[in-house]
Amino acid sequence: MSWIKQLPQEVPLLSGTTSCVGCGAVLSLRLALRILGERTIMVIPASCSAIIQGSYPDTSFKIPVVDSAFASAAAVATGIVSALRIRGIENVNVVVWAGDGGTADIGLQALSGAANRQENMLYMCYDNEGYMNTGVQESGTTPFGAWTTNAPKGKTLYKKDMPMIMMEHNIPYISTVNVSYPQDFVAKLKKALAYHGFKYIHVYSPCPPGWRIPADQTTRIGRLAVETGVWPLLEIENGKFRLTGPSQRILEEGKRKPLETYLQAQERYRKMTPEDTKSLEDWIDKSWRKYAILQKCVN
Amino acid sequence: MKKTVMTGNYAAAYAVKLADVKMVAAYPITPQTSVIEKISEFVASGEMKAEYIKVESEHSAMSCCIGASTAGVRTFTATSSQGLLYMHEMLHWASGSRLPIVMVEVNRALAPPWILWTDQNDSIAQRDTGWMQFYCENNQDILDTILQAYKVAEDPRVLLPAMVCYDGFELSHTSMPVEVPDKKDVDAFLGPYNVANALIDLEHPTTVGSLVSPDLYMEFRLLIQEAMENARRVAEEVAEDFSRRFNREYEGQVECYKCKGAEVAIVSMGALSSEAKEAVDRLRKEKFAVGAVKVKLFRPFPKEKFREFGKRLKAFVIVDRNISFGMEGALFTEIKSSLYQLDEQPKVLGFVAGLGGRDVRVRDFVKMVRKAFDAIANDKTYSDEEWVGLRGKKR
Repeated sequence: MSWIKQLPQEVPLLSGTTSCVGCGAVLSLRLALRILGERTIMVIPASCSAIIQGSYPDTSFKIPVVDSAFASAAAVATGIVSALRIRGIENVNVVVWAGDGGTADIGLQALSGAANRQENMLYMCYDNEGYMNTGVQESGTTPFGAWTTNAPKGKTLYKKDMPMIMMEHNIPYISTVNVSYPQDFVAKLKKALAYHGFKYIHVYSPCPPGWRIPADQTTRIGRLAVETGVWPLLEIENGKFRLTGPSQRILEEGKRKPLETYLQAQERYRKMTPEDTKSLEDWIDKSWRKYAILQKCVN
Repeated sequence: MKKTVMTGNYAAAYAVKLADVKMVAAYPITPQTSVIEKISEFVASGEMKAEYIKVESEHSAMSCCIGASTAGVRTFTATSSQGLLYMHEMLHWASGSRLPIVMVEVNRALAPPWILWTDQNDSIAQRDTGWMQFYCENNQDILDTILQAYKVAEDPRVLLPAMVCYDGFELSHTSMPVEVPDKKDVDAFLGPYNVANALIDLEHPTTVGSLVSPDLYMEFRLLIQEAMENARRVAEEVAEDFSRRFNREYEGQVECYKCKGAEVAIVSMGALSSEAKEAVDRLRKEKFAVGAVKVKLFRPFPKEKFREFGKRLKAFVIVDRNISFGMEGALFTEIKSSLYQLDEQPKVLGFVAGLGGRDVRVRDFVKMVRKAFDAIANDKTYSDEEWVGLRGKKR
């Protein structure tokens, strides 16, 4: 029996969401919900996911979903966790499903507060690297050089490193996942759910209209992201850092595919000069040197 | 019944304990802070069986209350001034979600320039958020109003959040004798929280707060407006019930002091209402037919009550401890608007006073009332408000 068939077949998300064709976020959400199951309460701040659930009275979710204001997701989830504890309702996953703007920018304060308090929840940030719901604007996690509607010449700043920011909150579990590597994705999600306390998973989410890629290229781009080192698959368990699976195998500099293969596959990087590409490459290499050091730390 | 001397903030904390609140999320701000300090002591000592969540901002305090209330528990937070403004977005979220959250709002003027003293611009700036607003006159009023606010907010005809406002320092940090009711009597009055108010049900999952189209949105707004209209009646019922159970003499929307036979009424909200009563006593001795009206409920606004007063009174002296820049104080606007339907219009004199904690003295009220009698006698009309107690220049 194939691996995928051994997963729970029940997905508490109906088919026919209003997402764009090839949406990486919905692919990830669908996979995540298989594992999370029906005893899950999801908090969704302003984001594409607040829209793709459909409009009242219809919804594509078969679990309770609480939509929240942009900056408030982790705090709303805190209240839910507290109320469930007070009411003695157990074995429920309280999950925040937020975009990168709602996580790394406007939602960072609430996220940091909830993580610092070690609230018992899973926070999943689906990172499509921009304000895609409002029509592709630059966010804190938009990569250097990428075009957006308000960065017509490409972003001049570097991407915020959310997993590293979360690492300093001393939470039990942090990882990055990519739906192009579903086994790694599922293993990490299951691991996260086994921990009590605040868990953070950063989800790579290709956005065909925002990244200017064909809709059938989502998973291929996802693979290139890992192979070129743009998107390291990593895990930080109780402060112990490690690269996982395919990312572990490319820790040495020469083993990563050339960055150009990733950039050239997406029109959003079309404006980048060779110097820009070199700058981004240097920045990525620097991150990887940091990962190599972190991996040696025993904690 | 035995009375205990305590500050307004402690009176609030005791009310929260008596109300069996289960989740408190709050962030410190002067002059509110001793409310949540006291509550944290109650929780730490086990006197109060609740969770106290030390959130990282007021925005998160309200968000956390929204989450907990959505999941079916009685919640509380307290704030002041800048903190209330920082919550603003979530105030709309709470009322839009129809969550019966109760909050203490210790009135403090807004910066810049930095100031710690009272006025009501902070809460008045939230008047369109869909929150009920109660204003308190003294520390007993604070304790009793919080208990009543929960009852009104959780009434199935209402289901809206409520803000209980009182003046910073003048009440929050001033000690007065307060009668603390017995827990069992409060339990009998308020009852346990109805978990049916929860918006989350794992057995029957729904998506809460999702997108709607223009052909549905207006009806959601109408439901809030209808709930607000219901709240007037419910506030009266609750005040009557509370008064009967606890031997008080409360009304739900407004309270009159020596209004019988009065030609002029001083209208105010909050601690100023005490000064207004003193002024009434002094003026009554001088044979002025004057009374005082305390606005307890600012949202929903007691417009019918004012229409009734307007039929009997010759003039209103309206004292606003707030200013809507470019217009006038809020009470002045609301009361004139309420009186508009009357065939015969009483004189309406507006005064802006006490901003940023400036003292408003009994003799200031006396002057205002004399001006009103002069207006009646000489048929004078004033369209603009007078700013009272300014340094040097007159306005």
